[in-house]
Amino acid sequence: MANEKSEYLLEVKNLKKYFPIKGGLLSHTVGQVKAVDGVSFRIKRGTTMGLVGESGCGKSTVGRTILRLLEKTDGEVIFDGEDVFSLTRQELRKMRTRMQIIFQDPYSSLSPRLPISEIIGEAVREHNLVPANEFDDYITKIMKECGLQEYHKDRYPHEFSGGQRQRICIARALALNPEFILCDEPVSALDVSIQAQIINLLRDLQKQFGLTYLFISHDLSVVEHISDTVGVMYLGSMVEFSETEKIFDHPLHPYTVALFSAIPIPDPNYKMKRIVLQGSIPSPANPPSGCKFHTRCEKCMELCKHVSPDWAEVEPGHFCACHLYNSAERNAQLEAEMKQNAAAQVKQAG
Amino acid sequence: MADKNDSYLSARESRRISRENRKITNEFEKKRKRKNVPESEYLTKMHDPDNMVEFDNLHTYFFTDTGVVHSVDGVTFEVPVGKTVGVVGESGCGKSVTSLSLMQLLQRPQGQVVDGEIRLNLGDKAYDVTKAPNDVMQHIRGNVVSMIFQEPMTALNPVFRIGEQIGEVLQLHNTENRSEEEVKQRTLELLEMVGIANSEGVFRMYPHELSGGMRQRVVIAMALACNPRVIIADEPTTALDVTIQAQILDLLRQLKDKTNASIIFITHDLGVIAEMADFVVVMYAGRIVEKGTAEDIFYHPAHPYTIGLMNSKPVVGKKVEELYSIPGKVPNPVNMPDYCYFRDRCEMCVEKCSGKYPETVQISGTHFVSCYRYYEQKQGGK
Ligand SMILES: Nc1ncnc2c1ncn2[C@@H]1O[C@H](COP(=O)(O)OP(=O)(O)O)[C@@H](O)[C@H]1O
Ligand code: SF4
Ligand code: SF4
Ligand SMILES: [Mg+2]
Repeated sequence: MANEKSEYLLEVKNLKKYFPIKGGLLSHTVGQVKAVDGVSFRIKRGTTMGLVGESGCGKSTVGRTILRLLEKTDGEVIFDGEDVFSLTRQELRKMRTRMQIIFQDPYSSLSPRLPISEIIGEAVREHNLVPANEFDDYITKIMKECGLQEYHKDRYPHEFSGGQRQRICIARALALNPEFILCDEPVSALDVSIQAQIINLLRDLQKQFGLTYLFISHDLSVVEHISDTVGVMYLGSMVEFSETEKIFDHPLHPYTVALFSAIPIPDPNYKMKRIVLQGSIPSPANPPSGCKFHTRCEKCMELCKHVSPDWAEVEPGHFCACHLYNSAERNAQLEAEMKQNAAAQVKQAG
Repeated sequence: MADKNDSYLSARESRRISRENRKITNEFEKKRKRKNVPESEYLTKMHDPDNMVEFDNLHTYFFTDTGVVHSVDGVTFEVPVGKTVGVVGESGCGKSVTSLSLMQLLQRPQGQVVDGEIRLNLGDKAYDVTKAPNDVMQHIRGNVVSMIFQEPMTALNPVFRIGEQIGEVLQLHNTENRSEEEVKQRTLELLEMVGIANSEGVFRMYPHELSGGMRQRVVIAMALACNPRVIIADEPTTALDVTIQAQILDLLRQLKDKTNASIIFITHDLGVIAEMADFVVVMYAGRIVEKGTAEDIFYHPAHPYTIGLMNSKPVVGKKVEELYSIPGKVPNPVNMPDYCYFRDRCEMCVEKCSGKYPETVQISGTHFVSCYRYYEQKQGGK
């Protein structure tokens, strides 16, 4: 147990999540998809961390493993001083009220047969969060916070538009009085004007209740707007992490640079310095050797093909995994190792 | 949607509506299915021969059991030869229905063009596609106008190999009487043209073996198979990651420069529009509220809806404390008001706005807007 409260609500250390690939008649495990392969970051209380990267890079798996909706393969998740993976069933149940989740598609996560008041109140009752005689007022209050009206209580999910449904999901999460909310593409399916409403709502609630968010999105402009810090993932690994302003003004990792250069800018005369990445993401079941980005990187060096780069604090608070930022000594050391390995291999083969 | 004043229809009322609808749509369908329609019935003249397509006062309605949906309610704009026109607006505003009206691929019998013309430039002559019979349209689709959809899997058949599917499109419109071997050659050419390096390999693959970006390239190759003069791209990159989106946008730009085709580019993403479009049309609730060159719309947005839309979307590198959010929601499409459709959400209302739907005002050589705030500047209007 933590004696004093850390400044960080959530710390993720070298998290790994591999999925087995089954094959053959007897469904033997024939390989592994390294969906998350050594991811580390931490989030300060009351702040938002954005997590970006192309589809399939492991963003949602990170989120789900943190909430222990998936079991980890390796690593640690420390929530408010406690290791999430060492909790008993009972403790985990309690923890679940403190860590909530909102999804991209609110409809599929709302039971079609329950009225809104039940959808929002179900878990509140189950966990005895408010006395029975205050229950109704409590639900009304939460709904109002989320921009829903009292007369919506007896309605069913299908009677609502996409934006309203997302408000219902937010209300359901908020009703449990959580400290942390994982937002997995919460506005991606919504129209621009509705997106703005939901983003503003999430920000208001954060200010009011001191919430901490992990905000997963492939929409970089939304992430820049809402986040205090940003992590960039590629093929299961975190490649860069920093404060939002720093990373957008001055990205370090070649993948981040290419990713940001692809953002369309609403200005017809904007001169793009676009780096068009060739090809598509390699399969996480069979990632490239060395730096996983080396097959698409403009700056790839010989070293990159063989040795995976360190996760290093290149500038204060700005982390990056790329050989371009190695110190001269570290470079010399790695190159020597690489040569030795190559020599050893030649010997073995001979 | 879940408004207090939602009108719930009784079963009886709904039956009455569907009976009426059937009467109306039967009339349209009868006309459409006639054989040997003389060309003179759909022959027309372009107002400007430099235009490839002219939408003129298009009205496309859906006759549904809950009432008549005015999906497109008086839409007028031009698509010049070799230019890209971006159509923006939020879901349900009628972007897709506008383009499906040009293709005559509306869901029948509910969906019908009830008024207006769509003039299509065929070089030596022009047709009004809203009056053209099915067999003529069949030739136009693919040969003159073709379409790329948001979800490439809807355009691809999962059980056929890529090569067979492109080959089939070529056979269907086989005006050049290609032999089997020539069809294969042309298919490989098309795959290479859309940037697929391993064309022989992809030729033999099934759709599920390809990534989303590769599938969209295949769909683009199919759309280009018969050298169309107009390409409709309906949210072609919405389902893709930004890096893949960048590749596809690049590809479309290159192809357009090479073939001088016109593109109607439909999207809700203002950034993509700015990158692709020469001209922009902004739609709201089935009507065009503003149109002009890309510069007009992005540097001098005039309609309160356009302005609101631009302020709702965060832009990388531009910090704002709070995003603007347009209050309220789109009016019920079955029951449109008789005043400005945007009035109930508009924060720039002036006194005149309670009058009838505002006419289109020309505020510069290329820039048009439907809003009372510009009535003083009215230069003849339209
Ligand atoms: N098959 C259909 N039946 C009934 N209404 C339809 C049909 N297709 C489209 N509509 C209606 O037409 C309007 C415009 O739709 P659409 O053109 O698809 O919008 P957009 O492409 O701008 O999102 C919407 O109100 C939609 O509900
Ligand atoms: S380590 Fe090498 S290949 Fe990887 S991103 Fe850096 S420069 Fe590119
Ligand atoms: S006409 Fe009036 S209500 Fe309509 S958009 Fe213009 S200012 Fe707003
Ligand atoms: Mg559409």
